[in-house]
Amino acid sequence: MRGLKSQKIISPKTSQKIMNAIFIISGIITILILVLILGYILIMGLPVVNLEFIFANPIDSGASGGIFQMIVSSIYVTLIAGIVATPLGVGAAVYLVEYAGEGKITKLTRFGAETLASIPSIVYGLFGLAFFVVAIGLGWSLLSGGLVLAIMALPTIFQVSEVTISSIPSSYREGSYGLGATKWQTIYRVVLPAAIPGIVTGVILGMTRVISEAAAVMFAVGSSLSMPLSIFDPGRPLPLHLYILATEGISLENAYGTAAVLVIIVLVLTFVSNYLVDKYQRKIMGR
Amino acid sequence: MEKNRLSEFLIEKSLVITAIFSIIIILLIVLFILMEGFPAFEDYGFFRFLFGMNWAPSDGEFGVFAMIIGSIYVTLLSLIMAVPLSLLCAIFMAEVAPNSIRRILKPVIETLSGIPSVVYGFFGLIVLVPIIRTNFGGTGFSMFTAALILTVMVLPTIITISQDSLRAVPHEYREASFGLGATNWQTIRHVIFPAALPGIITSIILGMGRAIGETLAAIMIAGNVVQIPGSIFDPVRTLTANIALEMGYATGLHYNALFGTAIVLFLIIIILLLIANYIQHKYKVDVGGGYL
Repeated sequence: MRGLKSQKIISPKTSQKIMNAIFIISGIITILILVLILGYILIMGLPVVNLEFIFANPIDSGASGGIFQMIVSSIYVTLIAGIVATPLGVGAAVYLVEYAGEGKITKLTRFGAETLASIPSIVYGLFGLAFFVVAIGLGWSLLSGGLVLAIMALPTIFQVSEVTISSIPSSYREGSYGLGATKWQTIYRVVLPAAIPGIVTGVILGMTRVISEAAAVMFAVGSSLSMPLSIFDPGRPLPLHLYILATEGISLENAYGTAAVLVIIVLVLTFVSNYLVDKYQRKIMGR
Repeated sequence: MEKNRLSEFLIEKSLVITAIFSIIIILLIVLFILMEGFPAFEDYGFFRFLFGMNWAPSDGEFGVFAMIIGSIYVTLLSLIMAVPLSLLCAIFMAEVAPNSIRRILKPVIETLSGIPSVVYGFFGLIVLVPIIRTNFGGTGFSMFTAALILTVMVLPTIITISQDSLRAVPHEYREASFGLGATNWQTIRHVIFPAALPGIITSIILGMGRAIGETLAAIMIAGNVVQIPGSIFDPVRTLTANIALEMGYATGLHYNALFGTAIVLFLIIIILLLIANYIQHKYKVDVGGGYL
């Protein structure tokens, strides 16, 4: 009875209209939030960004000058993370799809990746300090920071690679076996090449995550302002520089510029990975 | 042939190592955090640490209770704002919006999730803090300001996962409901939403995990005062902020106490993960193929 009554107050047609309006508003709010944040950062930051800002070294702890050291540091740690995490993530995905099948080890590995993905970045930061910096003795260095970030990139690279490799049709493998190839030859010559676009997408997504990370590296890279000459030197990646500029009130102008550079890097990476996903999915569906 | 078989064997074994690598790393993380944090529990007392109201490292006081409450408050406040908006948006994208609008919203949400947390924190610091200060008084650094930014940060998590679970509801459910003469909204409310609920709850729990683990955005705008806030416009310090603020200069028992703070944070995250896993496994069958 109550159900009937309440439905009489607002007719199904009206409630449909009201809800449609609410849905559209929620979509618009979400878009507006993004436009507002990106717009603000880019409008305030882009005027600061020019070739000199990018290629000059910071002066007075970053109060003036550019962000060249920070860009170099960011490139170093991101590359280290990619080089270390890619073989581990892809290897795990290959093992699960091609060797293990659905079983205990598969469940364990997936659980591991999910857990790694949900550990807060500051906990990684502490682990980096206790393990890489102190216990292994790498000290405050780009290498310590890069290794922490490799662990953070691992779940993304693994998860995307697993989905990609398991979507490779089994006829590919059968064809290869039919020609007398061994299992590893099949994986190396047939499965992996076919999975490359997906794997690259996973790596880019992982890189997007780690290039924006400050909390995980703040106790590992040493946040030095001088130009790192090797991976054993300390450095200061872009997000950490932005954090220090903003919280220590060093230079608002340079903070805007750094934020804009960071946002542009992330936008480009997101665009590239989206493009790859689009292209790759069409390729599979077009088959 | 013999050589071939040996190399195949070696390759397989090394691939096993990559597969269990993430588990090894997790064990290492747990081991090192426990090892460094344990002395704080031992010296100061576990319950005194957990429920102590007084955090004053220079006086040897290490009670993190106010920060546990701070983290929970900020997270819940952000969820109150984020859950309605993100669920509406997810339903809109999965059930209502035409393809053209979906194609706009999808990259918007991906970009939101890609923006670095320092940039969110910076935006909050420069834009939101002054707005809150002028409109609600105080310094502007508050639980509410932090919750606003965390709301934006958890939107993508909740939207993406709940959208997946809405999509996974079998098509027959919709057709049966439409066949009975239900409108689209009635179908969503009485059929699709209940069927997708386990996945939606999972998405909220994962969003919660993200909010509680967020560090820099919280430090930059929450005010970082160690206290149990009396109103949402009071400053708070989260567990994550406590670690990041003081680790740079901590020594001795203080250093251990910060690792102890991380253990507390880690435990909260593990509990959330277990709940999420439990829901996924328990309702996997009931949803009828609607598993994430």
